[in-house]
Amino acid sequence: MSQNALPTAMIETLTAIGDWLVVLPIVLALMGGALLLMLRQTGKLSLLAALVVVGAIIACDIGLLIRIAAEGPVSMTMGRWLPPFGISLTADIFGAAFALAAAVVTLAVLAYAEIERGEPEQGDGFHPLVLLLLGGVTGAFLTGDLFNLYVWFEVMLIASFGLLVLGGGAAQLDGAVKYGFLNFLATTLFLLALGLSYGLLGTLNMADIMRVAPMADPAAMAGIAALLLLAFGMKAAAFPINAWLPASYHTPPAAVSALFAGLLTKVGAYALLRALVAILPASRDLLEPVLLALAIGTLLVAPLGAIAETNLRRALGFLVIGGIGAVLAGLALPSPAAIAGAGLYIFHAIVTMTALYMVAGLIERRSGARDSRQMGGLYAADSGLSVLFFVLILAAAGVPPLLGFWPKLLLIEAGLAAGGWGYGLVAALVANAVLTLIAGTRLWAHIFWRNAPEAVAPRRHRDGIGFAAAGLLAAAIVAAGLWPNPLIAGAHMAAADIVDPAHYVAATGLAAVEPGERE
Amino acid sequence: MDYILAILVGLFIALGVYLLLSRSVIRMLLGMTIFGNGVNLLIFTAGRVTREIAPIVPPGLETPEGPIANPLPQALILTAIVIGFSMFCFLLVLAYRAYQSLDADNTDTMRLAEPERAPEPPLSY
Amino acid sequence: MNTLIFRTLAPLIVATMLVFSLYVCLRGHNEPGGGFIGGLIAAAAIAVFGMASGVEEVRRALRVDPMAIAGFGVVMAGASGLMSLFIEAPFMTSIWLYLPLGDTTVPISTPLFFDLGVYCVVFGTLASVALALEASDEENH
Repeated sequence: MSQNALPTAMIETLTAIGDWLVVLPIVLALMGGALLLMLRQTGKLSLLAALVVVGAIIACDIGLLIRIAAEGPVSMTMGRWLPPFGISLTADIFGAAFALAAAVVTLAVLAYAEIERGEPEQGDGFHPLVLLLLGGVTGAFLTGDLFNLYVWFEVMLIASFGLLVLGGGAAQLDGAVKYGFLNFLATTLFLLALGLSYGLLGTLNMADIMRVAPMADPAAMAGIAALLLLAFGMKAAAFPINAWLPASYHTPPAAVSALFAGLLTKVGAYALLRALVAILPASRDLLEPVLLALAIGTLLVAPLGAIAETNLRRALGFLVIGGIGAVLAGLALPSPAAIAGAGLYIFHAIVTMTALYMVAGLIERRSGARDSRQMGGLYAADSGLSVLFFVLILAAAGVPPLLGFWPKLLLIEAGLAAGGWGYGLVAALVANAVLTLIAGTRLWAHIFWRNAPEAVAPRRHRDGIGFAAAGLLAAAIVAAGLWPNPLIAGAHMAAADIVDPAHYVAATGLAAVEPGERE
Repeated sequence: MDYILAILVGLFIALGVYLLLSRSVIRMLLGMTIFGNGVNLLIFTAGRVTREIAPIVPPGLETPEGPIANPLPQALILTAIVIGFSMFCFLLVLAYRAYQSLDADNTDTMRLAEPERAPEPPLSY
Repeated sequence: MNTLIFRTLAPLIVATMLVFSLYVCLRGHNEPGGGFIGGLIAAAAIAVFGMASGVEEVRRALRVDPMAIAGFGVVMAGASGLMSLFIEAPFMTSIWLYLPLGDTTVPISTPLFFDLGVYCVVFGTLASVALALEASDEENH
């Protein structure tokens, strides 16, 4: 190839300042985490700095969301190189909304963690690790490049390893071994799929893959999609490959559990949505029977696990898995309404599951036990906590008028419209709601309603902060459930952009290059 | 050359999976490493094995003279190796600490977080 | 490891390695080398120093906690990327400044500061890992 024939590889136009909003949440989180690492001997100052940084990230996420709502997906490709040479960060409504939800629950967890950390332990690295985790999660939500997504997964994984073993109890080590191996295996499988797709398509930019994948061998692409489904399914803890979640989520302090429950599996679910529906839709159609089986299996088995479990936080872990089933149901249905439902469900699950684990931590503090059989009588001691737990259980099950109801309604409507196997999914979704209610209300009855086996510990002086943090999240769930119209409209807009990626591809600046021009 | 590398990738991954199926944590760890190396080799092969000339632009030129090896898979693999190595280190320390405090190298006996004979939930309220 | 020969030679080795690590880091823009490998070499030097004179001595010589150096590296690398905000180019676009210095010009660029940041990250992380390992070694003996 002579040098003159090379197409332009550099971006010549000036970058709008608004586009920086797609980079700033990630950079702020990583640089903030690094700053906290330097400040980690300073106790209270560290918490204050962490809260300020996460507050700034929330402001950036809101700005990003406003910009996307006004102008469509926002993209920035690093270092002036045109995609597919430069690494793109591309945010659409789903990515930005999930990043916002993740930052908000991180803020709540940072406040909540103060009740558990007691006297500030000097330099234990909790705050830097939380910010590193948030940076990884935000990066995964906002990236537009598959290899970059792999890097963010690993950033998340490293940070979650650190958080999981913080304190270093024997049970934590046990949980961390299982969590560590299975999640590392999942990211390695993702890397395998990446290598294959690079070999076939010669690109790893998501928007670029959307353009060239239809020209590749469909059988090979389906193989890659199946590998991605396995890898992200493990990350999301879908039914047959969920064993790591109930083995590890209940072992660390409740604040860490809450953060994991809100963020980690949701990133896997989002990656499934992005990879299968947005990037490789043709392969998704081929894999539809598998997705159906996974969705129905996850929807039915997870709440049954919660019913059979007596350890409070392990039982909630099964409810987290059940929520992933609802997202899978959205992926198994081919209509935009189902994708809107799946996206809205991820948004709901980030907030609800974090709040549930926070309340579980408060319950454990009051009753001094981890097993629901040893709890009881909390209603008399703390009726506010019981209301909070009850509301969150209803939200997780999807009872109107809470936020959890609306995504399930969208999914059920889409299932009825699809007919055929859609009816099966609808039945599984309804059964999931009923089983979740059974599991949750029974936990409620055991913890709050039954006579106390022993005296309930009095409220400790800092518990109020944790109660307020969980209460605010629950209030947000109730408010969003009562006024769901903006959320549903946003989810529909986002789903339309996922189904027809023209806006997404155009945002990266790729549409000008004709597919045949490369090689 | 591609065929030899492809067979090698298959061998690495088969060996990795075989070791991962073991109950011993240390074997699983070795399996993970071999599996990861198989994947790295796969990315290398997927980037096409063309020239053995390093992709470095000589001084004074804007582009390299003549064909060079594809640098992108090398960059991807370098990243993956660094990440994989740090994961391996973490898991190795974790396995050692777990061996010290749980006295178990066998995953079947690691049941502290998930008690083996967990009592059944009460049938009534 | 605490032989007389090793303890006498260690400072020489450490000093040479530290200088060499900077050289490798700086030549990295156009030739093989760079912040990553430079940081590795520097961390290896610290590990040698720790073997020869003990962990306490190294911590005193470093003055700063190695993890803080790593944090500083991330901040520096991130800040060098953010510089392109001022020329209305995407994140991480390189900016070059040719500084005339006597007979020659010294090119200074944001990639240089990014690389120095990487150097600090790798050096800080690996040095703290090495020192932690050596400290637990000393406890056992």
